[in-house]
Amino acid sequence: MLSIKEYQTVATIAGPLMLVEMVDEAKYGHIVDIELGDGSIRHGQILQVEKDKVLLQVFEGTRGIDVKRSTVRFLAKPLELAVSPEILGRVFTGLGEPKDGGPAIIPEKRLDINSRPINPYARDYPNEFIQTGISSIDGLNPLVRGQKLPIFSGAGLPHDQITAQLARQATVLGKAEEFAVVFAAMGITFEAAQFFIDDLHQTGAIERAVMFVNLANDPAIERIATPRFALTAAEYLAFELDMHVLVILNDMTNYCEALREISAARKEVPGRRGYPGYLYTDLATVYERSGRIKGKKGSITTVPVLTMPEDDKTHPVPDLTGYITEGQIILSRPLHRKAISPPVDVLPSLSRLKDKGIGEGKTREDHADLYNQLYAAYARGKEAQELATIMGEAALSEEDKKYMTFADKFEAEYVSQDYYENRPVEATLDLGWQLLSMFDNVELKRIDIKLIEKYMPKFRKANSEQD
Amino acid sequence: MDTTHVSVWREEAHVRKVLAMDETKTGRIVKVAGPVVVAEGMTGARMYDVVRVGNLNLIGEIVELRGDLASIQVYEETTGMGPGEPVTDTEAPLSVELGPGLIESIYDGIQRPLPLLADTEGEFMSRGSVMPGLNREKKWHFKPTIADGTKVSHGDIIGEVQENTQIVHKIMVPSGVSGNVQNIAEGDYTVDQTIALCAAEDGTESNLKLMQEWPVRNARQIRSRLTPNRVLVTGQRVIDSFFPVTKGGTACIPGPFGSGKTVVQHQLAKWVDADIVVYVGCGERGNEMTDVLMEFPKLKDPRSGEPLMKRSVLIANTSNMPVAAREASVYTGITIAEYFRDMGYIVALMADSTSRWAEAMREISTRLEEMPAEEGYPAYLAARIAAFYERAGRVQCAGNPEREAALSIIGAVSPPGGDLSDSVVQATLHVVKVFWSLEGTLAYQRHFPAISWLTSYSFYKDSLRDCFEDKDQGREMEKLTVNAMGLLEQEAELLEIVRLVGAEALSPTDRLALETARSIREDFLHQNAFHEVDTHTSMAKQYEMLKTILHFHKQALSAIEAGVETTEIFKLAVREEIARAKYIPQADITKIAKIRETIEEQMKQLRTSAVA
Repeated sequence: MLSIKEYQTVATIAGPLMLVEMVDEAKYGHIVDIELGDGSIRHGQILQVEKDKVLLQVFEGTRGIDVKRSTVRFLAKPLELAVSPEILGRVFTGLGEPKDGGPAIIPEKRLDINSRPINPYARDYPNEFIQTGISSIDGLNPLVRGQKLPIFSGAGLPHDQITAQLARQATVLGKAEEFAVVFAAMGITFEAAQFFIDDLHQTGAIERAVMFVNLANDPAIERIATPRFALTAAEYLAFELDMHVLVILNDMTNYCEALREISAARKEVPGRRGYPGYLYTDLATVYERSGRIKGKKGSITTVPVLTMPEDDKTHPVPDLTGYITEGQIILSRPLHRKAISPPVDVLPSLSRLKDKGIGEGKTREDHADLYNQLYAAYARGKEAQELATIMGEAALSEEDKKYMTFADKFEAEYVSQDYYENRPVEATLDLGWQLLSMFDNVELKRIDIKLIEKYMPKFRKANSEQD
Repeated sequence: MDTTHVSVWREEAHVRKVLAMDETKTGRIVKVAGPVVVAEGMTGARMYDVVRVGNLNLIGEIVELRGDLASIQVYEETTGMGPGEPVTDTEAPLSVELGPGLIESIYDGIQRPLPLLADTEGEFMSRGSVMPGLNREKKWHFKPTIADGTKVSHGDIIGEVQENTQIVHKIMVPSGVSGNVQNIAEGDYTVDQTIALCAAEDGTESNLKLMQEWPVRNARQIRSRLTPNRVLVTGQRVIDSFFPVTKGGTACIPGPFGSGKTVVQHQLAKWVDADIVVYVGCGERGNEMTDVLMEFPKLKDPRSGEPLMKRSVLIANTSNMPVAAREASVYTGITIAEYFRDMGYIVALMADSTSRWAEAMREISTRLEEMPAEEGYPAYLAARIAAFYERAGRVQCAGNPEREAALSIIGAVSPPGGDLSDSVVQATLHVVKVFWSLEGTLAYQRHFPAISWLTSYSFYKDSLRDCFEDKDQGREMEKLTVNAMGLLEQEAELLEIVRLVGAEALSPTDRLALETARSIREDFLHQNAFHEVDTHTSMAKQYEMLKTILHFHKQALSAIEAGVETTEIFKLAVREEIARAKYIPQADITKIAKIRETIEEQMKQLRTSAVA
């Protein structure tokens, strides 16, 4: 172990950054402790070393730090998380220190929170269907183990309820396996965090949860480390303790803003909307830690939540996220206003890994054709709805009217469900057939005729009996 | 680049390597900022030399020189690195190893074999690993195709190795070597054993091996460029029939996320009629690469019946792997592709996504504190992109025997927010000849491939007719596509009218045009990549399908003239058969011609009942 060196040579403090001079043996990415004149300790990380000058970011902010009386201690190691099976059921700060008043973790080992990338060859393809009990996800955008599927939300939309429902209901069909929930809160309100924690308490899932909480009034720069702590804990649980881990990162927009703050303080050339040019790479090092590994039992499934400023999907944060994650669940304000809950905007939502997770032996053979048809019909219904708002319903053709009725029913019966309703996937699929039974076979071009003949008759029959 | 220049480079490298034995040039790190490291004491180092950085021996490349200071982009994570650590110049540019063993390989951005890394170092990538690109132990059976005493020079084929059941690996004389071949013999060799001697006129002798090296940033030499003239058949209907790309052509697929770029790229990698496919996953998703890695060994090439893997080389530098290696991955891929082209093969390279490559350039440029151009991208962005796409082409290969070959490049572009005014898209559109525009709105309707028929274009449309052995059929196909495109354009106009005044205002023929256009979209352009039959459609079947749809249109037109109501026409049972024609297997394509007979019968009935 290297000896720890102390310096009192702080030269500049600006924004969240500090420049320390006459340092030797400083290493890029390593951490420091900063002891203030009053004896309190802050934490920092090395952003750049040039000869004997070291640039630091201070996680807790620089307020109250002075140039003369501060001592910087170079700890000669990267940021680490102490892990042991005891971390389950605990609450930590955004910097990985116990926050629940419990004892410090007696570490089995310490892990570098930056981890290392998974060798693409060692990955195993995510193909196990996760039943969430939410029709708009299970039926149309199925989630699979090892996937990263973000929720694109907006201010005032119920993403907290959805993540809580996911944490409550997500199961793999026909299997009882060790699971865990890792929750990283970045800059969210006390209420939002507490809602989630209370929900976990109610279901007893708190015993199998690890939480890293950085609230809105906690230091902003700390948020840069928070998701990495969470994912390090998740990797430990998944790949060393064989658990299936669901990671919820809420809210990634705040994370990116913290990153922007550092970048601006370093006077880097900004990319779009002032976010740094390396935002894509940085986000990738967070999101890409999800997955499965060949020969390991556990898996990491990540659901990042982000709020789109002005519900704008082309804003850099959702945009770059969408390019990394395997799909997205988009929440819609118009649907929310119509009291459709969860207000999942089905058309632009997508799960890229669905095709490997569904079908015979996983969900049901008709799943793929069915969602293709539901999508196509709903898209056409939405088109008709738009047309109707311009010209009035009277101007629509009979066909268009039918599709419009379908779209309304689809939203009200299929998308909408109670936050405590856990709908089995079979029920979701049958509901799809039920809705499509208003069309003739010739309209159902996306479904194999054999499947129509097998599944449709009972719904048709039910319809005719009603008539 | 001309030949003399390259041979000078080789000799110099050789001389320098000899010198390096005595005194290895070593500098010291003075600055570490993310992936860029600055070292002092680097006098004599050259731009783009590969260096080993720090105590961990990480691989890097010199990207800027200022006095004795060298700025280095490091291909691995630099955490834990600090001033004072050593930097060693290897005195050679970033090169790849070319030889038997490339096929079926999976490399990272700087040609380290990922399966071997996984075996030796575990599931997570560790740092500073050195791993040659080609297996040094494996023996290959070499058969000479020339005799001792033959005078050879650069590019000449001297023998063959049957690399797998599908690929014959031609062994070529490397650049800068010429003379008389001696001691060439059939036998089993490893890649770095000498298979023959080559005695130059000045008396110097070089060893010929199965393997050679090439610096990735230089294009490999050719004899001459030719104009691409044959369609690269992809089995994707919207591409082959409407926006074809050629063997040796270039294409780009820009689109917002979720519009299906990667699925299109995967489909192309699976089904193009090329001899060799090089797939570069540049800064994309790990799970998607895994999908390719798991599917390719299972999928069968429709032409040979062999697994697709037997003609593929994969390069996987996912988004969370080091950014500098991502920058290099595209060059590694194209150099391997060029090498197979030089053997006389038809090669296709897919790069997914070039935007991530451009972003890697931007990140390095920012760390070098270069003056940025648009959106922070370096000013040389457009030049780099153009130079990359220019490495494609149909060529007369260097060396004997004379051979023609082609290398196509298909690059995905991921513009922010799907905005096509993005610098990378614009720089790419300047150089490529085919533009497949992916649209979010189509993707939302689950119309895949979401290639917009109104904004996409191809400069190679004239080559389409040569896809058919029967010249008449080729000409007819050309007419069919023009007709179909006309209907689709008419649809766009008519929909505007419908939006203003409602569908009731349309004449019966207009209504028919709308229905036919819908049929073209849904029954022809829409293609399900995950359906076992629909995933690939032969040219012959594309012709039959399009002909049938337009046949219905023609018949319906005359029925309308005879006074038949459009609603009656739209209700015809045969329309379901047309819709399901895409699921008819290749072996049964005569059934599609039969649908046309059914159309005629059913129309006839309508006409007679209308008269009655």
